[in-house]
Amino acid sequence: MSTVNDREREDAASPDAPPLDDAQSVSRTRGRRLSRRPKLYTSYRQDMALLNTPSKRNAVLALLAFAAVSPWLFADSLLFIFAVAFAAAIGAIGLNLVTGFAGQVSLGHAFFIAVGAYTAAAFTGDPDVRHIGLGMQWVVAVPAAALTAGLAGLVISPLAVRLRGLYLAIVTLGLVFLGEHIWKEWRSLTGGLGAGRRGVIVEVAGARLDRAGELFGIFMTAQQKMFYVTLILLVALAILARNLTRSAIGRAWSAIRDRDIAAEIMGIPLTKYKAMAFGISSAYAGVAGALLYSVTRVIDPGSFNLLMSIQYIAMILVGGVATISGAIAGALFISFLPFITRQAPVLFPFIATDPALRGGGLINVFQLEGILYGVLIIAFLVLQPRGLFGLWIKIRNYWKGWPFSY
Amino acid sequence: MSLLAQSLVNGLGQGAAYALIAVGFVIIYKSTYVISFAQPALMAAGATAVALLTVQGGFNFFVAVAITVVAAAALGFGIERSILRPMVGKPVFIVAIITLGLDVVIRIITNRFIGFEVRPMGDPWGLERTQVLGITFQHRHVAAFVTAGVILALLYAFFQYTRMGLAMRAAAFDQETALAQGVNVGTVFGLSWAFAAVLAAIAGVFIGAGSTIDQGTWVVGLKALPAIILGGLDSVPGAVIGGLAVGIVEALFATYQSTYMPWLGSNFSVVAPYVLMLLVLMVRPYGLFGTPEVQRV
Repeated sequence: MSTVNDREREDAASPDAPPLDDAQSVSRTRGRRLSRRPKLYTSYRQDMALLNTPSKRNAVLALLAFAAVSPWLFADSLLFIFAVAFAAAIGAIGLNLVTGFAGQVSLGHAFFIAVGAYTAAAFTGDPDVRHIGLGMQWVVAVPAAALTAGLAGLVISPLAVRLRGLYLAIVTLGLVFLGEHIWKEWRSLTGGLGAGRRGVIVEVAGARLDRAGELFGIFMTAQQKMFYVTLILLVALAILARNLTRSAIGRAWSAIRDRDIAAEIMGIPLTKYKAMAFGISSAYAGVAGALLYSVTRVIDPGSFNLLMSIQYIAMILVGGVATISGAIAGALFISFLPFITRQAPVLFPFIATDPALRGGGLINVFQLEGILYGVLIIAFLVLQPRGLFGLWIKIRNYWKGWPFSY
Repeated sequence: MSLLAQSLVNGLGQGAAYALIAVGFVIIYKSTYVISFAQPALMAAGATAVALLTVQGGFNFFVAVAITVVAAAALGFGIERSILRPMVGKPVFIVAIITLGLDVVIRIITNRFIGFEVRPMGDPWGLERTQVLGITFQHRHVAAFVTAGVILALLYAFFQYTRMGLAMRAAAFDQETALAQGVNVGTVFGLSWAFAAVLAAIAGVFIGAGSTIDQGTWVVGLKALPAIILGGLDSVPGAVIGGLAVGIVEALFATYQSTYMPWLGSNFSVVAPYVLMLLVLMVRPYGLFGTPEVQRV
């Protein structure tokens, strides 16, 4: 925030705030808020804080507290979807970094997720079975997945520097097809099409987190444990991403997104920052891949296809482009979509549960789910371009200004 | 030698269909600066419509094609008018992603009609072939090649000699100036989508000819993407050459790769066009015939 704004705020608040020329009173108010003026920043620290208003802080704390107890509130089947959604949210944050913040359209996210998934699976895999396995610890495997996927992103980034706009989108699309071919053919790693290989084994300090059992003296199911594992990593990586985007790196990315040549003239090295965006985004995808297949038990090499990339695009578009919380919201929404569509036949009799439509019906649930991805993308882009996050901002501003509509 | 010639002929036949889809991409790109990812789905929809009309509906093949062409044109025009027109002026990335969403929707509706069966195309060519100089010419490939040639000649004539064609070229050159000269740019957008949809549908017919349609057919339509990148996004001749090149590369890999490069794995020919695309882009970032973007701040 500029000094001018600070001065204006402080002047406006002068009846409440102590006089600022008095050095002692400044130091006394620093870090302390006035209860009637929650928007008053009396120090640079407050202005720069991640949770810069009390309501934001309270809401986030309440949400985290709710998340911490929810494994004891929800059924295991729901917790499983939550864990998948949290893992997907990490991937969506990664995609948002490169596409939302740095403006480099990537349709190749599925490729990097696959790299992460297979790295983690190979690191933790049993050395004695027929698929590649190094028998290493999970805590080593996840950083390794991030590193490998990040390196893959760096290898791709020279193309991103050379190409612009839609050329880049198509090239990253090509990456998905090349990846699909590699995963189908590299049978010693992936098990080949149709068969697949075992997912990532989650063993930390001798405790299996992907199986039911006692942890810290409490009996927990696999889903409860994986909920916590994915939640902790998501919170950590989300905070990291949020800080990244409001640092010099994030501002450089936004400058490149808004006008790359102008950014270059202002002294931002394009090559460096585009490579960084792709590297970091892919590393996030790598962690997401490793986590996704820690939660689900089998990796099918056919699943890393164009549809997966579209799902991640849908997550950031539905959630809100260039926002971290939006990416999380979008990932939750898209991950719960299959769950929602599976309830649809109860309400709408023309939706069939049988894939071959033997019992009649207009479309089956899988087709409905697929169509919804497409319709949601179109509807959000046409009607609500800033996604769920934009919707939230609208609601918030309405109540902020209430009873005035401006 | 005859093996080489044979795979070249097969590649050209298949490439003709890719070229048609690719030209559709380029027409939309030239008028609206957007890549329509809906082309593969429109291709599959056209092929399915013809297959269902001939086999289930009992129509003559050529009547079925005519009905499909009209329907495809209406569909393309309608999509542009209803979904893409409100997005004029928005960033191209946004519009491209909308077409991606459209692709998903059209594809799934098409798959709903295909079902889990494989649908025969009901075309008159089948797998008939003629031997000339020791090389087998499949009739469907000859038909595809000739049809593509005729359609491209008609398109050329349209763009070169009609008022609407001139208007479309003007709009592609500079939208605002064209608007100021009295060109109805909205109609141009709609017409380019209609053209693209028709081209995709006809390409779909040739991709399914002598073969069958199933839920995976749309993937073939994506092969036009390396074709347009290869030729350059805004060049119609580039799209034709790119399409034929993709067909030839695919055929050559299908013939020789298992002998000379077995380590690439089976069916590498399917992804070979994408490798070719990456190699060309490393050297020429705007494709072989594309116009480099003038960069201004």
